[in-house]
Amino acid sequence: MGMTITEKILAAHAGLDAVSPGDLINARVDVALGNDITAPIAIQKFRESGAERVYDKDRVILVPDHFVPNKDIASAMQARTLREFAREQELTYFFDAGEMGVEHSLLPEKGLVLPGDLVIGADSHTCTYGGLGAFSTGVGSTDLAAAMVTGEVWLKVPETIRFVYTGDLQPWVEGKDLILYTIGDIGVDGALYRSMEFTGPVIDALGMAGRLTMANMAIEAGGKNGIIAPDAVTESFVSARAVRPYTPCFSDPDAVYARVIEYDVSRIEPQVAFPHLPENTRSISEVGQVVIDQAVIGSCTNGRIEDMRSAAAVLKGRKAAKGVRLIVIPTTPKVYRSAVEEGLFQIFLDAGAIIGPPTCGPCLGGHMGILAKGERAVATTNRNFVGRMGHPESEVYLANPAVAAASAVLGRIGGPGEL
Amino acid sequence: MKITGNVYKFGDDVDTDLIIPARYLNTSEPAELAKHCMEDADPTFASRVSDGDIIVGGKNFGCGSSREHAPIAIKAAGVACVVARSFARIFYRNAFNMGLAILECEAADRFRTGDTLSVDFDTGAIVHLDTGETFSTRPIPPFMQELVKSGGLMAQVKKR
Ligand code: SF4
Repeated sequence: MGMTITEKILAAHAGLDAVSPGDLINARVDVALGNDITAPIAIQKFRESGAERVYDKDRVILVPDHFVPNKDIASAMQARTLREFAREQELTYFFDAGEMGVEHSLLPEKGLVLPGDLVIGADSHTCTYGGLGAFSTGVGSTDLAAAMVTGEVWLKVPETIRFVYTGDLQPWVEGKDLILYTIGDIGVDGALYRSMEFTGPVIDALGMAGRLTMANMAIEAGGKNGIIAPDAVTESFVSARAVRPYTPCFSDPDAVYARVIEYDVSRIEPQVAFPHLPENTRSISEVGQVVIDQAVIGSCTNGRIEDMRSAAAVLKGRKAAKGVRLIVIPTTPKVYRSAVEEGLFQIFLDAGAIIGPPTCGPCLGGHMGILAKGERAVATTNRNFVGRMGHPESEVYLANPAVAAASAVLGRIGGPGEL
Repeated sequence: MKITGNVYKFGDDVDTDLIIPARYLNTSEPAELAKHCMEDADPTFASRVSDGDIIVGGKNFGCGSSREHAPIAIKAAGVACVVARSFARIFYRNAFNMGLAILECEAADRFRTGDTLSVDFDTGAIVHLDTGETFSTRPIPPFMQELVKSGGLMAQVKKR
């Protein structure tokens, strides 16, 4: 019987010839990741276990990105815990100070996560690396602690839903819209415990940024992982940066899927997810009058250079509406530098934007753009839960970078087509 | 083991930002997290809940973030177990890894805040003490039972 790409990666890392959905396996991890919120608990558990060294100093990666630059004393203490641990364990990859960035933008960019890898991270959006053809999933701090000691993780082999995207993309429709549309269709638990495999000619033609965006939000449908088979696009992205050899995997033609769902993308407009769940999606033409106080362009979903370019293309020669706080956050130092070199910062500054340092910042309501009671934001982030960006009575609307930029100019949620 | 407690009922898709808002994640101190447990869903919950009480949710309980602060906050608030129609997967494994009892029950929607339930962890049976009705829950896979018995994932790691 054939296997899916996810099953193949899991089997290979469990030292088995084959696995089937439902099997419980102990698998070797290629990378174990933690951040300034989740790693402190993992480090404490690591110490309590009596372990002295992490299983591999090249494979345990720590990235303080949520509350840095340190937003308060308590956050500073958490970041310090990571810094001290990284120094003590001589971790090869610890991204601090001028090297810091949002973890899920940073790791692909640095060639640290690769096709065919099995990656776990104590952060739910670890599923992002599926865009490269890796099996990659979010776990808790205890799982991270165990993996730091043993280099292994227990996993239940998930069933896979295969999504097939065909047709021609409408203007301003990006990977973000495809995944929002999908979540709107199947719901926030539509892929619960399952793998989401994104396929079809539209995916084949999608750039790496769009692929990472789609895999990033698999968790928003309850998915265990999102994955896209590696191809020439992947190869050209990865070959220049891979820090080690890798073995790509592919689904067999006779692989077994729990479901196959097909979408004709020619009918998909830019999408906006209304509060307070990512499944509350509407087409941009059906949004109505939603006045905004803030527009945020950034996060592990849409904070890469392609996203900066997309926002800049809309903002060029335009200004954010009076009173709208336009916040742009390039997610890594490299994205930041490229945006400067390509003249995008000039466009953002002319538009009246505030440009933040690489950080999660407002995405999870940490800092640098918290909403007051009753305020509304359009954001290129991935969650619009109650209180996600600040006050429990504030609202977050999810959209792609072009729509967020156009909305900043309009002062209400709208697409670039309206400008 | 059997417990008896009062129900606090929440809806579908209770996310981890409702269980413990990110603004409190600058600490992992259980007592501190417990003070803000469920705050954005019910600001009075943390002050009203007492030891041994039961949280009941609908589908997809614990969706969103991987933060272990969520099960830690619930456990530290004194909650004895969470019953829901289904759980989000990271929350599910976190709960087992750190020893918070959770049960999947198809009939979870029939329980209301203020109901008294008795939960038998060995058989998975839930008895509604106000009506006398008994409900079954999805059996816990043997692998997970082992995990709980051995005291969680880190205890197993230590043994190895
Ligand atoms: S950018 Fe947002 S979603 Fe991504 S890791 Fe940071 S807080 Fe999480």
